Amino acid sequence: MSAAISVKDVRKSYGSLRAVDGVTFEVGHGEFFGILGPNGAGKTTTLEIIEGLREPDGGQVTVLGLRPWPRNPALLPRIGVQLQATSFFERLTAREQLRTFAELYRVPARRADEMLEVVGLTSAAATRTEKLSGGQAQRLSIACALVHHPNVLFLDEPTGALDPQARRNLWDLLRAIEAEGHTIVLTTHHMDEAETLCHRVAIMDQGKILRIGAPAALVRGLAHPVRISIESGLLSADQARALADGATIADDGVSLTFTTTEPAPVLAQLAERNALGGLQVAGASLEDVFLQLTGREYRA
Amino acid sequence: MTTSARPAPPAPPGGAGPRRRGVNWPGFRSLSRAMFRGFVRDRAALFFTILFPVLFLVLFGSIYKSSSTPRISVVEVGPVSVLDQARAGSHGQLDKLLTVTHSTSLAHALNEVRQATVDAAVQQQGGRLIVHYSIADPTTAAGITSVFSGIVQAANQASSGRPPAYQLDTRQVEDKSLKPIQYLTPGLLGWAIASGGAFAAALTLVGWRKNKLLRRLRLAPVGTTSIVTARIAVSVAVAIVETFVFIAIATTPYFGLRLTAYWWMAIPVVICGTLAFMSIGLLVGALAKSQEAATAIVNLVVLPMAFLGGAFIPLAFAPQWIVKVSYVMPLRYLVVGMQNVMARGDGPASALPAMGILLGFAAVLTVIAIRVFRWDEI
Repeated sequence: MSAAISVKDVRKSYGSLRAVDGVTFEVGHGEFFGILGPNGAGKTTTLEIIEGLREPDGGQVTVLGLRPWPRNPALLPRIGVQLQATSFFERLTAREQLRTFAELYRVPARRADEMLEVVGLTSAAATRTEKLSGGQAQRLSIACALVHHPNVLFLDEPTGALDPQARRNLWDLLRAIEAEGHTIVLTTHHMDEAETLCHRVAIMDQGKILRIGAPAALVRGLAHPVRISIESGLLSADQARALADGATIADDGVSLTFTTTEPAPVLAQLAERNALGGLQVAGASLEDVFLQLTGREYRA
Repeated sequence: MTTSARPAPPAPPGGAGPRRRGVNWPGFRSLSRAMFRGFVRDRAALFFTILFPVLFLVLFGSIYKSSSTPRISVVEVGPVSVLDQARAGSHGQLDKLLTVTHSTSLAHALNEVRQATVDAAVQQQGGRLIVHYSIADPTTAAGITSVFSGIVQAANQASSGRPPAYQLDTRQVEDKSLKPIQYLTPGLLGWAIASGGAFAAALTLVGWRKNKLLRRLRLAPVGTTSIVTARIAVSVAVAIVETFVFIAIATTPYFGLRLTAYWWMAIPVVICGTLAFMSIGLLVGALAKSQEAATAIVNLVVLPMAFLGGAFIPLAFAPQWIVKVSYVMPLRYLVVGMQNVMARGDGPASALPAMGILLGFAAVLTVIAIRVFRWDEI
C-alpha cells in the first residue's frame, strides 16, 4: 500500500448526466492534492465517492488501504471531512461546536481547545457559530475536520465564498496543516489556489480528468509564450525589434510588451541596455492550461 | 498562529482502533448535550413547546373554573325577613346557592334584572314574597322559582307549629364525573407533547439535512442509533419536564387538580406518546424539503388531531362522530391514557393498552420513515 488514496476508473451517473466519467488517480502520503475545475465538473461528486458518502456506479476506491463504501467504521476516525456547507449544530458557540465534534471522535476537550487556537479562533470561542464571519466559519469547519488528527483531510471548496483577505489567511492555515504531514485533498475552482497550495493538481472538466501533474510542470508543458513588459519610451520600436528577434512586440503607450517563447535572451539584452524600468514577466498559468486542454476560456 | 503545540506525525487519537458496535456513549452524550443546548437557546421553540401550552392551561383552566359553580344573585329591595330567616336557619346551605345584596330602589333593582347583572330582585309586602326575575336563562329561572317556593313553604310549615308530614333525606353519591381541570390537564398536555415531539423530530431532520450536518455526522464514528437515541432522549426529557410543569400548575389550589393514586403511570404514557409523535415528525422530516414545509405539515397533522383526538374537545362532551373518529387518532390514546391514571383514579394497568397502541404506531411509522429517508437533498 504505497498510495494514501487510490481511485481507479470511477464512474457515477445521475440519469443521463455522467457526473464522474472514468476518473483514475493516486494521492501519496503527505501529499497536498488538488482537484481543479469549473463548477459542475464533477469535483464534489468525486470527492464524495472517495469519502464514502456516495456509491460509485463503477470503479474502485481505496483510502489508506480501506474501502470507503459501504460506510466503513474502521476508516472514519482516520479521515477528516469538511463539506461545502458549514455543517454546524444550531446555536452552539465555536468552542462548544468543536468540543462536540471532539467527543464524537472520543478526543478530550483539551485537544478541542488547542485546535481552536491553531485555527486562530480563541477570541471567538464564545461566539455562536451563526454569528461568525465567513472566514471564521470556514476555519472552525476545518478545525472540526482536524480535531481527531486524521491521516487524510478532505476539503471541499474551503475558500468558496471568502473575500481575498480571508482566503489568504486560510491558505496560511492550510500550509501549516500540510507541514505537519497530513495528506490533504482539496477541490477548488480557483486556479491560483491550486497553483499556490497543491503539490499536484488534477484538472477536471465534464466528469473527466484532463491532466494531472505539479502545477509548474503543467504550465511548463504548454511551451506557452512569456510576456515581458517594460515602461514605454525606454526603447524605440526599432531598438525593440532589433533586440528581440522573433518576438511579437506591442506598445500601448504605457507598456512595451514582448511576447516570446524564448524569454532568456530578451531579458539579457534588456539588462545589458539598462532598460528594465517597470519590468513585469508573466508566464502561462493553469488558466492557459485549461484553455489549451478544453479549447475554451476558464470560467469558474 | 502556532501549530507547534501539536505532535508532528498524524497518529490516530487514543480512542481509535476497533470500535464496538451499537451506541457510542461519548457520542450519544455529546449529541444530546448539543441538541439540548440548541433547544433551550431557541426562544421560539421554547415558547411554542413549553410556554404556549402552559398559557392555554392557565387560560382555559380559569375560564372553565369560574363557570363551573353557577350561583344565583339576588337583590333584596327593602327588608325581606322571610329570606333572612331562611338563610339564618339553613346553616350556610342557602348561601352556597345564593349571593344576596341589598338595595332600596325597586326601579334600580328591576333594571339590574333586565340587564342580567343580577338574576332576581325580591321584596316582601307583609305575607307576600314578590320575586322579579327574567327568563333569559331558563335554567336559572327554574332555579329561582324552586328555591323561593321552597323558602315560602318552609316558612309556612314552620308557622303552622306542626311537625312536617314528609321529610326530605338527601344522600350524596361519590362524584365520578370529571371537573374541567381534570380533562383540561391531560388534554392540553397531550397536545403539547404531541406537537413538541413531532416538531423536534421533523425540524432536526430537515435542518440537519439542509446544512449537511447529517452527512457530516455520517462520516463521524457515530452510528445512526446514537443520533436517533440522542434526539429521543432530549425530546423525552423535555416532555417529562413539561408534564411536571403542567401538574405543578394544575394542582395549585386555584385550579384544584387532585392527582389520583397512580398518577405516576402518566410518565410512561408520556414517553410512549413522545415516541409516537416523534415518528410522525420523522416521516414528515423525511418527506419535507424545507423547515417551513415541515412546520406546515406538522401543524396540518397535529392541530386537527387536537380537536378530533380529545385534546381540545373532551371526548365526554364531543359529538358521537368525533368520538368514533378519535379511535384512529394516536393523540386519543395519549390523552385518555394519561387521564385514566391521573384524574380518573384507574389502576396502573389501565394505561397499558394505550401505551401498546402508541408504541405500535411509532414502530409502523418509523419503518415507513426509514424507507423514504434521504441523507441529502439530491
